[in-house]
Amino acid sequence: MALTTIAGTDIQVDGEGFMVDPGEWSEEVCQGLAGNIGVELTEDHWQVIHFLRKDFEQEGVTPTLRRVTKAGGFPTKQLFTLFPKKPAKKMAYCAGLQKPVGCV
Amino acid sequence: MKKLLVLGAGTAGTMVVNKLRPRLPESEWSITIVDPHTSHHYQPGYLFIPFGIYQPDEVVKPTSEFIPSGVEYVNGEIDLVEGEQNRVILTDGRVLDYEFLVIATGATPRPEETPGLDGPEYGDTIHDFYTFDGANALADTLETWDGGRLVVNIVEMPIKCPVAPLEFIFLADAYFRERGMRDRVELVFVTPLPGAFTKPVASRHLGSMFDERKIALEADFFIERVDGESQMLVSYDEREVPYDLLVTVPLNMGADFVTKSGLGDELNFVKVDKGTFLANDFDNIFALGDAANLPTSKAGSVAHFAVEVFTENFLRHIKGLPMTEMFDGHANCFIETGSGKGMLIDFNYDTEPLPGKYPLPGIGPFSLLKETELNHWGKLMFKWVYWNMLLKGKPLPLPHEMLMAGKIAEVDA
Repeated sequence: MALTTIAGTDIQVDGEGFMVDPGEWSEEVCQGLAGNIGVELTEDHWQVIHFLRKDFEQEGVTPTLRRVTKAGGFPTKQLFTLFPKKPAKKMAYCAGLQKPVGCV
Repeated sequence: MKKLLVLGAGTAGTMVVNKLRPRLPESEWSITIVDPHTSHHYQPGYLFIPFGIYQPDEVVKPTSEFIPSGVEYVNGEIDLVEGEQNRVILTDGRVLDYEFLVIATGATPRPEETPGLDGPEYGDTIHDFYTFDGANALADTLETWDGGRLVVNIVEMPIKCPVAPLEFIFLADAYFRERGMRDRVELVFVTPLPGAFTKPVASRHLGSMFDERKIALEADFFIERVDGESQMLVSYDEREVPYDLLVTVPLNMGADFVTKSGLGDELNFVKVDKGTFLANDFDNIFALGDAANLPTSKAGSVAHFAVEVFTENFLRHIKGLPMTEMFDGHANCFIETGSGKGMLIDFNYDTEPLPGKYPLPGIGPFSLLKETELNHWGKLMFKWVYWNMLLKGKPLPLPHEMLMAGKIAEVDA
């Protein structure tokens, strides 16, 4: 666990840089996180990120790529365009959530 | 008379009825187990069939052999669980009611979920080894195959026995070397994971074994479709991987009735508490083994350790007492690495596979994350243990909690 500063706010992150406390997240922090991984946020990105936040609130776990596609209605192809190469990890990272545990 | 109903007579379901029957008085409790099949398959054995190491008849026995007396075995297919009414409907219309329900209906490969995968080439240039028929068809193909580019592809995690695809490619390497044709075979491992395995330390050890064996790794590959005609895998980010022979590990899903009954996630796995296996929203429905959405490996060892935890909890739960045992996600797996050697890994929800000795710290006899001949014999011996001890609920001298003693911590790179 480490402390880092994003958009002027102190944020707790794990070894891979994922936020530890989703309560520390804000849209400003999200801008900073997206910048760290070279993603420029558009309206389409925000829709996905807001779905992740809402779903996490309801389910208590980071949604997997499949869940974002099925329950959120975002086509997988689009997620790969918005968050290239590793959408599941990158979406979770921007939304201030832990990386999804589906990958065991 | 109180009724316990168990759905599925696979590894987890069979163990549950064998563990609970002696501990629930027959005068007070009836136990019924439902399964659509009349034979029980030793699924870890499928891996060895394509290479002629196991013969098909070694992995199949009658289901009835493992159902203890005092347990009613119903041969039927489940259509729906009506949790509010405490009853289960079978596809032939039969209705079974219960006080307590255990769902242990496992996971199955679904090639039809990936466009192009279950086309006319299935069984010809596309094969799997996660089904009995698939493993046998692949054995026939390998027998006469004269070389080319063999691609192993994992469609999506989670899958049953996440180490089996690695074992397959290690065994393939040894198989082609023994046949004197390794120089005519290109081996490629294509995975949605960032490396050879899910956890960093094991992934590093296994990654170097890939290099030693000249196995190419294509990581972070999320397959969108298979072009069977031009023999090509295509990913969502438009990478293309050509093959001459594709060995696929299709998407794994739980039984369809799970989601139809409102109990499942996107992959039909039952949503449960990961410490007690109690299904969300119900106080009398549990899910065990591959059927549950636990964030750990889908493996017989997990089912085994989970059933031990479940048994003690269940006996308290039915008396209205709190469940005191919490499952830690303990899993261990032998990994066949070819040419008479194997490795062993031991891990749980929080601790990744580490090097060391198992089960006795410092002594073993098995070595963790290291290739030894003894590990290979452990793997082969396990078939006997499975048929004769594990399924019948006989105690194995292995604690269900994962222990750090005997393990050597390695720093993540």
